[in-house]
Amino acid sequence: MACISPDGKPTESGSKMLRALQAGLKSPEEIAKEAGLPLFRVRSGLRELTQAGLASQKGDKYELSPKGGEALGASST
Amino acid sequence: MEEVKEQTGHMPRIGEPAPAFEAVTTHGVLKLEDFKGSWLILFSHPADFTPVCTTEFIAFTEIHPELQKRGVELLGLSVDSVSSHIAWVRNVEEKTGVRIPFPIIADLNKEVSLDYGMIHPGQSKTETVRCVFIIDPNQIIRTILYYPLTTGRNMDEILRIIDALQTTDKNAVATPANWRPGDMVVVPPPNTQEMAEERLKQGYKCTDWYLCKKKL
Repeated sequence: MACISPDGKPTESGSKMLRALQAGLKSPEEIAKEAGLPLFRVRSGLRELTQAGLASQKGDKYELSPKGGEALGASST
Repeated sequence: MEEVKEQTGHMPRIGEPAPAFEAVTTHGVLKLEDFKGSWLILFSHPADFTPVCTTEFIAFTEIHPELQKRGVELLGLSVDSVSSHIAWVRNVEEKTGVRIPFPIIADLNKEVSLDYGMIHPGQSKTETVRCVFIIDPNQIIRTILYYPLTTGRNMDEILRIIDALQTTDKNAVATPANWRPGDMVVVPPPNTQEMAEERLKQGYKCTDWYLCKKKL
């Protein structure tokens, strides 16, 4: 898992993607630009984050889930 | 015959869609479709912790910024575990100061290697040879290069091919032998006698009606 560590917490790149989603719905391209990550990493990471319930997909865009918000809060403390 | 096919797998060809995959890499699980919209260089190496491969990975890292400028991603592959890849990448950084920035597929079950015809039993039945697949943003294979185990790849030629492919796609032209960016390009040959005659009046540099070049 590139975006979620074995203890279930988001990794550095996972946190960057979740932070990019804090402002609302975003496309993978927008997340890549904001997080400074390659698009292929974002697409792969979004699969992990949605499977883990930290983000959810709405059409072609993604948003932070309540669980994702909590994980982000926990990882920054 | 069947045994040979089993060992070599599918042999993809230029112009065909690149075989889809989902693979464990040093950057997590990646699918071919994750690279859609970018050019992709998928390349295989025989094994981690081997000398020629190490020089190649350093060389690929050196051209990585130039590839990024051209919208090209790199993806390595060998029949090694992800732990081996991680250990090797860390070792390369520790010993040479070079940080490998691109993902490497851990193709332990040879699934991707066989789909891409990367195992050449005449060279090795267990390792992938040095293959380079240049895949365009629509995920069509545009170039395939094979190098033997003993010969490291030429990064300059890989960059030149990318430049040539992107130039020909953008301008509907072809590139002559040893072409470099900035050189004249070849105008596609005419299909009719009328087009051949018109061509000679168009200010191209023509050796004859079938070989005309122009500046871009």
